[in-house]
Amino acid sequence: MASADYTPLILSLKVAAISTTIVFIIGIFFAHLIARKQFFGKSIIESFFLLPLVLPPTVVGFGLLLLFGKNGWLGKWLLDWFDVQVVFSWIGAVIASIVVSFPLMYQSAAAAFANVDVRLEKAARTMGASNWRVFWTIAFPLAWPGLLAGLVLSFARGLGEFGATLMLAGYIPGKTDTIPMAIYFAVESGHMEKATFWVIIIVALGFSTITWLNWWSKRNMRRFANEKGR
Amino acid sequence: MLDVQIHKKLSHFELDVTFTADHEIVVLFGPSGSGKTTILNCLAGLEQPDKGCIHLGDSLLYGEGKSVPAQQRKVGYLFQDYALFPHMTVEKNIWYGVPKKDRPNKIDVIQQLLDVLRIHHLIKKYPHQISGGEKQRVALARALATEPSLLLLDEPLSALDEETRLQCQDELLRLHQLWEGVPFLIVTHNRQEARKLGDRILHLNNGQLIDEWKNER
Repeated sequence: MASADYTPLILSLKVAAISTTIVFIIGIFFAHLIARKQFFGKSIIESFFLLPLVLPPTVVGFGLLLLFGKNGWLGKWLLDWFDVQVVFSWIGAVIASIVVSFPLMYQSAAAAFANVDVRLEKAARTMGASNWRVFWTIAFPLAWPGLLAGLVLSFARGLGEFGATLMLAGYIPGKTDTIPMAIYFAVESGHMEKATFWVIIIVALGFSTITWLNWWSKRNMRRFANEKGR
Repeated sequence: MLDVQIHKKLSHFELDVTFTADHEIVVLFGPSGSGKTTILNCLAGLEQPDKGCIHLGDSLLYGEGKSVPAQQRKVGYLFQDYALFPHMTVEKNIWYGVPKKDRPNKIDVIQQLLDVLRIHHLIKKYPHQISGGEKQRVALARALATEPSLLLLDEPLSALDEETRLQCQDELLRLHQLWEGVPFLIVTHNRQEARKLGDRILHLNNGQLIDEWKNER
């Protein structure tokens, strides 16, 4: 592997980083919007958000292909207006990654916001704080451990995404070959050494992510338990 | 002068109260679940009455089809277990309600509060590092730092042990003398506490004011 092509690593990190950033923002937005409100149809909306968790990735990929394909509703619009082609491009990999990792971020964020004591937000309002300030100074920092857990899980999920990405972005070496894709096609073409190399890389990435998350959340759990217990 | 008329349908009864408060301590006394906290929430703008009106001084806070948002009411609120922000130091908690642009002019006000409530030594501590009585004093300082026109206190002493409770009762009375222009509205279900603190005591049961008496201190 002396002259290894590191494109899959770079592409995987790029796709996971972009999708995680987008998922972090929209996940927090929807979770904060919906977490404390009770309204008709809430559970239907939440089921829709969480659907990619239970569907086979190929089904998600198929749906995305219908939506973002050249004749799909969104794909045609993006191509006509912005000259952006989603299928068979790294953008397709980002979109697939967003859709499959969104439920993880949403769930973590919703749980984190639900755990923030609503009286603290009320207290802030009686002191003249705007909703925006209440969010940034109270809800966000207090929900941060849960938000960070969602962020890490989304990143790990984005890094490992395979099925939906294959359906939407395809396998184009140097363009859409993320690490999981590189492993699959290396095995298929009998390049076991190459496959092993990428397996080691992705296991190391996944392992260090989860280990760090566990260490970090335990440390914070202790701190928050102390704060609540006194 | 606070002038209140609140009508609100709650799950087990209808809350229907009318009262006023001048520059005095008015105690809302009654059993748990009689609607006391709902009244405070309506005054603070955290809940809306179904009908009625709320005047504070010359301002109409609620009524005639309008409701001033909680952020603009200038009503201080001391929550039952103080609702101090756990991730901020005592100092940051106290300054939270003072707009940044006003801070240079408010240093004296905050200093006075720290002096009166004797919490200078706590300002770098976090809420989990201080005792119940200290939390109560910090929460009072935080509520008064915004220079409210009305101070609401929801069971402010219920989380304290007997000795601290007695000390804090005296502290509240002393504080009201210093901020005598501000009506204090205190909720409690403790009869002894109501008698000690209130200039006027309103007895609430199932959402109705059933009795009112003046305190001859």
